[in-house]
Amino acid sequence: MNSFTYHRATAVADAVREQSGRPDAAYIGGGTNLIDLMKENVARPTHLVSVGKLPLSDIENLPDGGLRLGATATNADTAWHEEVKSRYPLLNQAILAGASPQLRNMATNGGNLMQRTRCYYFYDLATPCNKREPGSGCSAIGGYNRVCGILGTSDSCIATHPSDMCVALAALAPTVRVSGPNGERSIAFDDFHRLPGNQPEKDNTLEPGELIVSLDLPAKGFEKNFSYLKLRDRSSYAFALVSVAAALELDGNTIRDARLALGGVAHKPWRDQEAENLLKGQPATVETFARAAAKVLENAQGHGSNDFKIELAKRAIVRALKQAVEGSQTASDVFLNSNP
Amino acid sequence: MTQQPTNSAARAGGVAAPPPTGPVRLTINGQQHTLQLAPWTTLLDALREYLHLTGTKKGCDHGQCGACTVLVDGKRINSCLTLAVMHEDEDITTIEGLGTPETLHPLQQAFVDHDAFQCGYCTPGQICSAQGLLNEGRAHTEAEIREHMSGNVCRCGAYVGILNAVKEVVDRKSSEHRS
Ligand SMILES: Cc1cc2nc3c(=O)[nH]c(=O)nc-3n(C[C@H](O)[C@H](O)[C@H](O)COP(=O)(O)OP(=O)(O)OC[C@H]3O[C@@H](n4cnc5c(N)ncnc54)[C@H](O)[C@@H]3O)c2cc1C
Ligand code: SF4
Ligand code: FES
Ligand code: FES
Repeated sequence: MNSFTYHRATAVADAVREQSGRPDAAYIGGGTNLIDLMKENVARPTHLVSVGKLPLSDIENLPDGGLRLGATATNADTAWHEEVKSRYPLLNQAILAGASPQLRNMATNGGNLMQRTRCYYFYDLATPCNKREPGSGCSAIGGYNRVCGILGTSDSCIATHPSDMCVALAALAPTVRVSGPNGERSIAFDDFHRLPGNQPEKDNTLEPGELIVSLDLPAKGFEKNFSYLKLRDRSSYAFALVSVAAALELDGNTIRDARLALGGVAHKPWRDQEAENLLKGQPATVETFARAAAKVLENAQGHGSNDFKIELAKRAIVRALKQAVEGSQTASDVFLNSNP
Repeated sequence: MTQQPTNSAARAGGVAAPPPTGPVRLTINGQQHTLQLAPWTTLLDALREYLHLTGTKKGCDHGQCGACTVLVDGKRINSCLTLAVMHEDEDITTIEGLGTPETLHPLQQAFVDHDAFQCGYCTPGQICSAQGLLNEGRAHTEAEIREHMSGNVCRCGAYVGILNAVKEVVDRKSSEHRS
């Protein structure tokens, strides 16, 4: 770890001021990703601004029927919050499918959005990586890329965003409220994370110095028919190879509304609205689901060791949609869900 | 090993400037301490290297094993992925704060009774984590306990004993709750 100075922010304005004009400074929430990366010398901030004690940890109802998740609320407090459990059980499931109880007690909602890829080469200072060192090359292309992406990749980077929580968020479509040197703004969740293009060092559209303040969920929570299906190498405490957040609104056996997002396949949580449109108005059958799955993976491209993800993702989509229809999942089912 | 700063002077092989330490107030097992720490000192290193509370173990140092689990205001966390300065004015409990050699904590007794360890390296973390699980009160069945204890890895594979030990204390607590 490099040496750095430390400041505990007392207010949002204070936090933003400490950061502005200092590209070498970084916010720290729970520290579970940043400290890890600092120990590996992948991240080397010289000034840390701790936001963990800012008054941004509340979870509160919004006038429009939505729910505001404070940026510094922990992942655990968010998942187990009564309103989240009853109105957004998909989010509860996705959060609980990630990391461990200890880590979820530390990790903040803001930090979860901002966590960086788990591409092996990104962590390995001895190898080229465009995300870590722009212009140095991508070791995963032609290398060991089992954890890498199959959708929306570029010649510069094929990394994935590793979050589970963000896959459920992609389906639920909140807005991300941020505060920065130029004031406040809101970013639609789908516009928050970005594809690598030729700037893989940029994971998202946050401007320098901007602080995430809250995630504002819309009223619609798909609390009846939903599923978060996570497939991984062991049944707990491992990142997703492929995950699916599926949410349906049913009228008898007809799909009225649908949300479909994937994790472990792209540089951002991958929501596919064209596939959602193929579900809407259709009977909730395996054939319908298979058509949507084929649509999502239409342009998928494997890179060698991750070729298996294409078929795995198709099957996971069908299974998640079936589970959503059955509506058999409750908040605590995530424990059984992990062994499909 | 304690995490050493790798700033330029140290890397270049020159004489590193003395680290910028400052006073950090920590409350550990009910006792207040003021330590002179550099900001990059993790809570784990503060406990082990500065307070010589070596019950808390360093396994992976990257949040992947749970050996460093301690309780902060009753909630379990990995002390290796957090800085000591982030925990001023919070109540930290380590394995040294649970039970005494004469009067074992119920979890410690259950670990002995159920042969829940071999080398013992993961045990302090397992027990602190299990205490966190009890405080949360959400895991009751074997499947739930297994999932809620998945943040603690045991290299010796003593999982069967660990599960039985935690289950016994969970069961006892919930029957006390009912009566
Ligand atoms: C062993 C291990 C296993 C894991 N497994 C999973 C898993 O299975 N699924 C999963 O989804 N996640 C997993 N995680 C990742 C974990 O969820 C993230 O590390 C965590 O969510 C990050 O939150 P944090 O508050 O600790 O972030 P920090 O480490 O504090 O910060 C991360 C980044 O976010 C920035 N940041 C923090 N807060 C803000 C803010 N309010 N505004 C703007 N920027 C901010 C920081 O500057 C930093 O760049 C795992 C982590 C570990 C160590
Ligand atoms: S895939 Fe992205 S993160 Fe991985 S080596 Fe290539 S550039 Fe780096
Ligand atoms: S030493 Fe902290 S989790 Fe392994
Ligand atoms: S008893 Fe040896 S690691 Fe668990």
